[in-house]
Amino acid sequence: MDPLILSRMQFGANISFHILFPTITIALGWVLLFFKLRYNATNDSAWMRAYFTWVKVFALSFAMGVVSGVTMSFQFGTNWPGYMEKVGNIAGPLLAYEILTAFFLEAAFLGIMLFGFRRVSNRIHTLATVLVAGGTTVSAFWIIALNSWMQTPAGFEIRDGVAHAVDWWAIIFNPSMPYRLTHMLLASGLTVSFLISGLSALRYLKGDRSESMWKALRTGVFTAAILIPIQIFAGDQHGLNTLEHQPQKIAAMEANWNTGPNVPLVLFALPDETARENKFEIAIPDGASLVLRHSTSGVVPGLNDYPGNHPPVFPVFWGFRIMVGTGILMLLVSWSAAFFLKRRHSLPKPLALLMVPMALSGWLATLAGWYTTEIGRQPWLVTGVLKTADAVGPVAGSHVALTLTIYLILYVLLLIAYLGVLVHLALKAAKDGDSSPLPGVMNAAMSQPAAGE
Amino acid sequence: MSFDWPAALPLIFAGLMGLAILIYVILDGFDLGIGILFAAAEDAEQDTMIAAIGPFWDANETWLVLAVGLLLVAFPLAHGVILTALYIPVFVLLLGLILRGVAFDFRAKVPTERKHRWNRIFFLGSLIASLAQGYMLGVYVLGLDVGLGGMAFGVLVAFCLAAAYAAMGAAWVIYKTEGELQRKAVRWLRTALVLTALGMAAVSLATPFASPRIFDKWFVWPEMLYLSPLPILSALLFLWLWRQTFHLPKPDDRHSLTPFLTLAAIFTLGFAGLAWSFYPFVVPDRLTIWQAASAPESLAIILAGTVVVLPVIIFYSFYAYRVFGGKATDLTYD
Repeated sequence: MDPLILSRMQFGANISFHILFPTITIALGWVLLFFKLRYNATNDSAWMRAYFTWVKVFALSFAMGVVSGVTMSFQFGTNWPGYMEKVGNIAGPLLAYEILTAFFLEAAFLGIMLFGFRRVSNRIHTLATVLVAGGTTVSAFWIIALNSWMQTPAGFEIRDGVAHAVDWWAIIFNPSMPYRLTHMLLASGLTVSFLISGLSALRYLKGDRSESMWKALRTGVFTAAILIPIQIFAGDQHGLNTLEHQPQKIAAMEANWNTGPNVPLVLFALPDETARENKFEIAIPDGASLVLRHSTSGVVPGLNDYPGNHPPVFPVFWGFRIMVGTGILMLLVSWSAAFFLKRRHSLPKPLALLMVPMALSGWLATLAGWYTTEIGRQPWLVTGVLKTADAVGPVAGSHVALTLTIYLILYVLLLIAYLGVLVHLALKAAKDGDSSPLPGVMNAAMSQPAAGE
Repeated sequence: MSFDWPAALPLIFAGLMGLAILIYVILDGFDLGIGILFAAAEDAEQDTMIAAIGPFWDANETWLVLAVGLLLVAFPLAHGVILTALYIPVFVLLLGLILRGVAFDFRAKVPTERKHRWNRIFFLGSLIASLAQGYMLGVYVLGLDVGLGGMAFGVLVAFCLAAAYAAMGAAWVIYKTEGELQRKAVRWLRTALVLTALGMAAVSLATPFASPRIFDKWFVWPEMLYLSPLPILSALLFLWLWRQTFHLPKPDDRHSLTPFLTLAAIFTLGFAGLAWSFYPFVVPDRLTIWQAASAPESLAIILAGTVVVLPVIIFYSFYAYRVFGGKATDLTYD
């Protein structure tokens, strides 16, 4: 079996599994901080109940993110040694800074955030929450900087066949970085707000009308309703940035085979790369020209300009459509939920039922978006610098096939267990309602007196 | 005087990487070890043992990410060679780390009837990860390209490293608990110590005989004299700790941290011996640290960050350990 395609599948499987969890922890850290600050300001214990329900989700997601992230750091060497050999001088420092400035910060203060409420003062506990949330965001900053550099490399020169850094500012803030970072942070915010809304809707359906449920539900729904239009705008800007720097990716996203004006916006099609045409196409005339060039006669790049040097069309085209479609659904659901919560102070049952599966809509959109942008970079690993095929290691295909199979089985089982625990936690919270014992009261004496006791 | 940065940087990074590996082995050693000891503990004891490591394991494992990260960023060529050669053992290690890492959280959050399953997974994951690390150490010592004999040696080292981690775990339990569990941990420590000593002796003897170059570094005069404190001191510490296990726990719980510190000292001595054997190679007998290093300007920018951040990391790590100091009690999310 071909080690290249197997290694790509394995990397894809690992990173897809991994990204699910940082997408949750990046924004959930800030939501927890919000709960904590509301509690500090109002002394309303329902905020703290919401905090303790969701901090468990945070802890579990964080653990899943850590272990799958450790796997990622080894993958570079085990499967893609050519990557670090060619661009290690750039990627190395960015990864090193992520470890030094983010990973240790998160890991050290997570313990205090999770288990330290009665061992440190309230202020230190809030600070620990800030540092963990900040750590996850800083981590996103560095890894997005590196990923964006691979998409739109800048600030380097090739000497003796190896990339050398020339301008670190240009490397970090490369052309696509600000757009990608904004897009991803908003995606994280949406993923979390829909997760919170969805699991709170489940509690609502189970008859839970406790204050902590309402607080979590409102936080989730209103955050989603505010973020989604911002995200649509940010995504549009990101697309225009891609048009400027990676036109071949746009051509594949739009399944546009020939460069020219008056390009339609394809809503549905089965792109056929051998025939170089779209089957069963449903399209809005001049739509793509309008969206991308703001003029019906705007010229949109086509795949014919990049023979043998453009990404596979089918997955990029569909990845993009799934992401946008999910986004539109998110807009509809979050705005109607916000309307009912604001005006009626209740949720219609069908809407609540829809919100439960929508808890995972953020995951779907995030994965679809990342597939679009990552497959859209092919055949390059680092655009114009290193092809994916040239980075793969000498490991035998059979070995990769074996490890890939086990990873896939493991990931499926872990996902099932993870989702099972989320539902279990939500149902347990629904059953306990506001009578759930408040931590800090229920406990037997701890080894040290808690601050202020 | 001009300082030769291009020559010094790879050396500095080799030192930093060594430090990260050593800290990792000591810190994650005790929490992996506690996972291994899970098999010998009762239900209630398992909860206490988890409470003794719960707030720390994550930060402990981050040292592995740093060590691999430094290998990746400072010695990209070596990173590729070592990790492709160890493809399957690395995979087994990751599998173990994934299983135990998630079991930590799952066991506390699933309905009670499923807790046992995750306890078993926690034990298995910890054991698998420890064995994989030991195997990799054994194979690395023999120069990565090994036949069946080398693999057998890898298996031997695997069991001994797992025993060494179990010893660290037992020492940590002695420090963090009291009563029956603490007395039990003393017995665990005694058993694990024997296997640890055996393993260290095996690695110490095999390394020079596997490579004439390493043999020449140890068995020449006067280096032999300067190096002799390493094995002698290690042996003395082993014997002393072994005798101590018959007197622990002491009244008022005095010296409860001593076994852990002694083991950490033994690990450090053994690690120093290995470092001396392999210097200046990062891939034994193939790539030196200078041949494998990244460009000086990239190393310089990482070093600048490291010099600023590492002391801060060490400071707040100590702080986190202090917050959760004293005997372990059941962990709750508060």
